[in-house]
Amino acid sequence: MNRAIEANELTRRFGAFTAVDRISFDVRQGEVFGFLGANGAGKTTAIRMLTGLLTPSGGSARVAGHDVYTEGEKIKRSIGYMSQRFSLYEDLSPRENIRLYGGIYDLTAPEIRERTAAMLSRLGLESVGSRPVRELPVGWRQKLAFSVALLHRPSIVFLDEPTSGVDPVTRRQFWELIYEAAARGTSVLVTTHYMDEAEYCDRLSIMVAGRIAALGAPAELKQQHGTSSIDDLFVRLARPAVSEQPIRLAPPAQDKGESKGPA
Amino acid sequence: MSPLVALLRKETYHIRRDRRTLVVVLALPVVQVLLFGSAIRTDVDRVRLAIVDPAPDEATLELRNRFTATDTFRLVAVVPRASDLDPLFRTSQAQAGVVLPVGFAEDLAGRSPAPVQIIVDATDPNTGSVLRAYIEAVIRGYELEQVRLKADTTTIQIGATSRMRFNPTRESSNVFVPGLMAFVLTILASLMTAISLTREKETGTIEALLVSPLRPWSIILGKVLPYLAIGVVAAVAIIVEARLVFGVPLRGSAVLLIFEAVLFILASLALGILVSTRTYSQRVATMGAMLISMLPNILLSGFIFPIESMPLLLRVISQVVPGQWFVTIARGIMLKGVGLEYLWKETLVLGGIAVLLLAVSTRAFKARLG
Repeated sequence: MNRAIEANELTRRFGAFTAVDRISFDVRQGEVFGFLGANGAGKTTAIRMLTGLLTPSGGSARVAGHDVYTEGEKIKRSIGYMSQRFSLYEDLSPRENIRLYGGIYDLTAPEIRERTAAMLSRLGLESVGSRPVRELPVGWRQKLAFSVALLHRPSIVFLDEPTSGVDPVTRRQFWELIYEAAARGTSVLVTTHYMDEAEYCDRLSIMVAGRIAALGAPAELKQQHGTSSIDDLFVRLARPAVSEQPIRLAPPAQDKGESKGPA
Repeated sequence: MSPLVALLRKETYHIRRDRRTLVVVLALPVVQVLLFGSAIRTDVDRVRLAIVDPAPDEATLELRNRFTATDTFRLVAVVPRASDLDPLFRTSQAQAGVVLPVGFAEDLAGRSPAPVQIIVDATDPNTGSVLRAYIEAVIRGYELEQVRLKADTTTIQIGATSRMRFNPTRESSNVFVPGLMAFVLTILASLMTAISLTREKETGTIEALLVSPLRPWSIILGKVLPYLAIGVVAAVAIIVEARLVFGVPLRGSAVLLIFEAVLFILASLALGILVSTRTYSQRVATMGAMLISMLPNILLSGFIFPIESMPLLLRVISQVVPGQWFVTIARGIMLKGVGLEYLWKETLVLGGIAVLLLAVSTRAFKARLG
């Protein structure tokens, strides 16, 4: 049970449409796991199942050792979550946002005080700790949102396109925060559309039409598929799915390489 | 407890820092009472009266004096021919006219019927009939006095007097204020809840709440309680202001009235939540809240239009509009001074609607998660 996430044949159907089709993968403790896929490939649905927002239609999954069917409450206490929209209240100051989420996760008042001070000083935000968040530059907001998601010290944090709309320098700095968190033992599951970021991950999966088409360390995957970059690999895997009908339950026939098991 | 306190504090910040909302919340009750209390009046006062008196004699002068002796009428013209009234009515210089006959004094002395015609501007039919009744009352009073002067005991007289109970001077503000409370509370509760929940969807913050260990009911409670508190304050403000400015009485229990207001606010809040589960932008949320909560609560509550005179279909619909029940209850408590012993049925219905709507909206909110 040193797996942060274990998904086995996890499936979610919406009517006749199968958004997530029997995916199996795991995320290790302290690992940075990239969760890639074109829009509509099923990433968000998978994340919603793993964060307890959506009940799976089939298969099984454990998050932080808790069952997604029966222990949603425990899962919610063990995970952090940050979306591309940062989830901060813009009319509240960083301090107020931290206090709010501290309260929501049932931290004690001394804990909140201590962690607020530590967080603001680590991020260098002491001077703007009482300004409304909307006045902060996007990069600062993003770092703050990430730290707030880690406030209650979750064992896994889900980052849903955390860097969209952010400049390359700030993105690089943000990844340093991700590595720091991973070094402290926090598992990170991150979705992204930036393929350079995919290369930073310990391991990654590429979803195509609800299935995991590739899974492994970036170097391994590139070698297996004979591509020079994850970008090439992604385009090659995703293209057949994009050019055909959007609702297609079987993987493409002309799919080269070793995309995981056609149905 | 602590997570809920954190949510409540956050919601208070939102309300305090959103200037426009704050202005609406603070000014709405005050301004609405002034507007409805003074501008929109249906009671009749200082009626512009024109009298057609082709042949003035002591009897017509006396009757004319009776009209001018009260504050109810203001004599704008005395003209010789009935046709002279027409331009006065068309230009709204006169609202009512009384046409006296030639030889009015002789008719009265000779005890033959004296033909007097009453003409009123019935552009607004309600005002029109009130005017007619007022004028008839003046003429009847004069007639009775004449009969008495002649000490004529041979005719049988029925001295019917009427009393307008609970609102003897027929002040329209008395009737408006309970409806006005429904109106203001609906806006505060439905609209604000719908907008603020939808805003959290727009900014994506709702996701962070949903993946947190917060239960759906505590997210809803965190939203509902601040607006409930604001609603109660607004209700009290309206009652106090109505009393100070327009002398509207509160004859029954203030505590009971507040309790009923809480039930009504809860029903409105629930409608606001329901709207927010179906909308993704604040603009649509505003329209939705207006459509399913504000308009029915204003139009079908008896606030402006009497329910009794509506077509059957609307009367049936009005039975499930919480505002209808609240207005009935509030009028009973404020004007008639009755308590729960007479209003328990209405209270049960209002409470039932509130509970049902809260259950449905919490369910809809949860359903959105799965």
